[in-house]
Amino acid sequence: MTANPMLTYPYSIKRIQQETYDTFTLELKPKGNIQTKPFAPGQFNMLYVFGVGEVPISISGDPDKHDVLVHTTRAVGAVTNAMRKLRRGDLIGVRGPFGTSWPMEEAKGCDVVIVAGGIGLPPLRPSVYQLLSQRREYGKVFVLYGARTPADLLYLQEMEQWRARSDVHVDITVDRALRWWRGNVGVVTTLIPRADFDPTSTIAMMVGPEIMMRFTIAELQKRGLSDESIYISMERNMKCGFGFCGHCQFGPFFVCKDGPVFRYDRVKPFVGKGEI
Amino acid sequence: MVGPSLQVGERVVLDRQHLQQLFDALSKRGYRILGPTVNDRAIVYDELSSVDDLPTGWTDEQNAGTYCLKKRADGAVFGYVVGPHSWKKFLLQPEMQLWQAKSAESGLKVLEGKEVTPKAAFLGVRSCELHAIAIQDRIFADGEYVDPSYKSRRENLFIVAVNCTQAGGTCFCTSMETGPKATSGFDLALTEVLDDKRHCFLVEAGTELGTKVLGELSYREASEEEIAVAESSVEKCSRQMGRTMNTSEIKELLYRNYENPRWDDVASRCLTCGNCTMVCPTCFCTTVEDYTDLSGQLAERRRRMDVCFTMDFSYIHGGSIRYSPKARYRQWMTHKLATWIDQFGVSGCVGCGRCITWCPVAIDITEEARAIRESELSHRTIT
Amino acid sequence: METLEPILAQHPFLKELEPRHLKILVGCASNVRFNAGQILFHEGEEANQFYMIRQGKVAIEILAPELGPITVQTVGEGDVLGWSWLIPPYRWRFGARAVELTRAIALDGKCLRQKSEEDHDLGYELLKRFSGIIVERLEATRLQLLDVYKARP
Repeated sequence: MTANPMLTYPYSIKRIQQETYDTFTLELKPKGNIQTKPFAPGQFNMLYVFGVGEVPISISGDPDKHDVLVHTTRAVGAVTNAMRKLRRGDLIGVRGPFGTSWPMEEAKGCDVVIVAGGIGLPPLRPSVYQLLSQRREYGKVFVLYGARTPADLLYLQEMEQWRARSDVHVDITVDRALRWWRGNVGVVTTLIPRADFDPTSTIAMMVGPEIMMRFTIAELQKRGLSDESIYISMERNMKCGFGFCGHCQFGPFFVCKDGPVFRYDRVKPFVGKGEI
Repeated sequence: MVGPSLQVGERVVLDRQHLQQLFDALSKRGYRILGPTVNDRAIVYDELSSVDDLPTGWTDEQNAGTYCLKKRADGAVFGYVVGPHSWKKFLLQPEMQLWQAKSAESGLKVLEGKEVTPKAAFLGVRSCELHAIAIQDRIFADGEYVDPSYKSRRENLFIVAVNCTQAGGTCFCTSMETGPKATSGFDLALTEVLDDKRHCFLVEAGTELGTKVLGELSYREASEEEIAVAESSVEKCSRQMGRTMNTSEIKELLYRNYENPRWDDVASRCLTCGNCTMVCPTCFCTTVEDYTDLSGQLAERRRRMDVCFTMDFSYIHGGSIRYSPKARYRQWMTHKLATWIDQFGVSGCVGCGRCITWCPVAIDITEEARAIRESELSHRTIT
Repeated sequence: METLEPILAQHPFLKELEPRHLKILVGCASNVRFNAGQILFHEGEEANQFYMIRQGKVAIEILAPELGPITVQTVGEGDVLGWSWLIPPYRWRFGARAVELTRAIALDGKCLRQKSEEDHDLGYELLKRFSGIIVERLEATRLQLLDVYKARP
């Protein structure tokens, strides 16, 4: 490893698409003769906007099609707001991929429950792609998705395509809605009792705000899932992405290299503990 | 004197008047010599041009929250311990450029920071500091990812260690098993021998390179008596430690005590000034800052050392994870003594005592660890 | 004619209910069906029954003058709807509207209140189960209140 891991490589924006009023998706292609590195579902890249700064963003594309990097993100700060204003052809610096990935191998032969809250769906989409492309290797597949309001739902067209398949159970809910919404209203945990997975042979993967994840874990445990069958994705302040800067520490773990995907039993003593 | 070639591990004596030769031999080989010198009423690490720059005849009086230099009655060259600086100043660097990027018609060009790696010799590295350097090596030079700047500075480094013959007021290297005797990680190790009979240094060669440099100096054979005197003064030093730390199962102790009321107690004193992180030889957290020039054509990324006591450190959309001073002090101490062990296989503390000396409100990490340990005992006696 | 007994016995809400209590409930039960858009009850009306949903989706809503009806939660298959019949003044605090075709068992709350006064064991069984439901809803509501998905810079 002689290359400086802090060096960023220019990628060109092939497409930038508005998903909702504050969330957008970038499709990036490498510039020059850089080869895109393959990534595993759950990993992230550090994306740099020239002169503005860098942020960690999960990769949300298909792991089999890694010549184009797909990133969906919300515009919340200086860097992501600057990113939102970029055009097709503009350049973004990319470093990565970093981090641990979803347990796609361990999940083979089991039912898979994917629980996504809000902006938590993008980091899980690559695993849904992989589940669907190797569908026979897995048991029942559930995709449970909760968002704030119907206007915040991501990838709706795609989710409808998944729902149309007979071999995937898709259930969506929102925290609040007005009359025209014919779907579920309520927190995403309310979707779990209706998902008939086999708790003795299920792997659950979830991403969302920490509170939502804690409630989801409780609901899954109520159904009989063991702590070793539950995987979560954590988030902390990151500056380097590979364990040098110390910012992303969560107890003894570096979220950038021991995570962001963690098996719940390993991080259990620290999840929900104040200010860790 | 060019005598028969020396072996690694061999010990010889260099008389005080020949110490300058060490400087000359290193300079001749292109090394920039860095070591202790008096500046701003403290003994700091800086570039040395000759033996005269060393703090000969000075000693430091250290205790919690206090540091002061005093003149010695003798002319000892290394009669003090460690000051506010540590060697990370030269290896990890407080501030540096990572790369520059040019925005042009053709796109974005990223240029790695081209620095000329200085060839440095550290003169006067204490045993605790050797351990600290080894700890940072694990992170920046020996892992899956490498910091190229750290690695190249480290590879071009010549280390002259000094065995302490006098412990400092806040030292506890014996508790952390990091001294006072330097056992490895040096090219040469000196033990100062100063009494009414003589003033000389027992020199041990630690590497092949060390033997070569030593071979160029006017050394002489070490007598049994000189070796005994040197060894006994180091041994005496190990019994003079100003502090102690019970490290028995300290990792488990701190993992059990995240909610201990002692943290509130220390939080009422801690200013979150971060002095402890700045003087600590193993603290390595850094942050990254992105700059751009006025034209918007040139951007730069710089890295600088960071402090986990700031509100900024753990900021993530909406707020800081560790918003209270209590949580930030707890993070620093628990990382240093406990989680570090799970992360890197060793303790993050080398017992140098700097954090105790340089804390403006005299918080003592050994005292805090003791209080937490004892709070468990008192619980048991009550039940 | 088929009684509702096997259907009630199977519903998760009545799991492990003693047969003699189940019979009482069957006596107070009836099969109901609501088409999409049909109102089950209005806010403010007398609350004299509760529903065990067998199929479909019901929106629990409240009327806001400027915004119209706001759905606070939807319930579906396996859920229980309505606890206002248990607590005086026995009036609905929210309205309920079927979002899609919904089949349910309606239970006569007024009748059950009386039977529970006579048979405290029955009352205890019902309250035990309802308190579980209320706690679940409270937790879910708190989670909704926390607005966890809100963007924070």
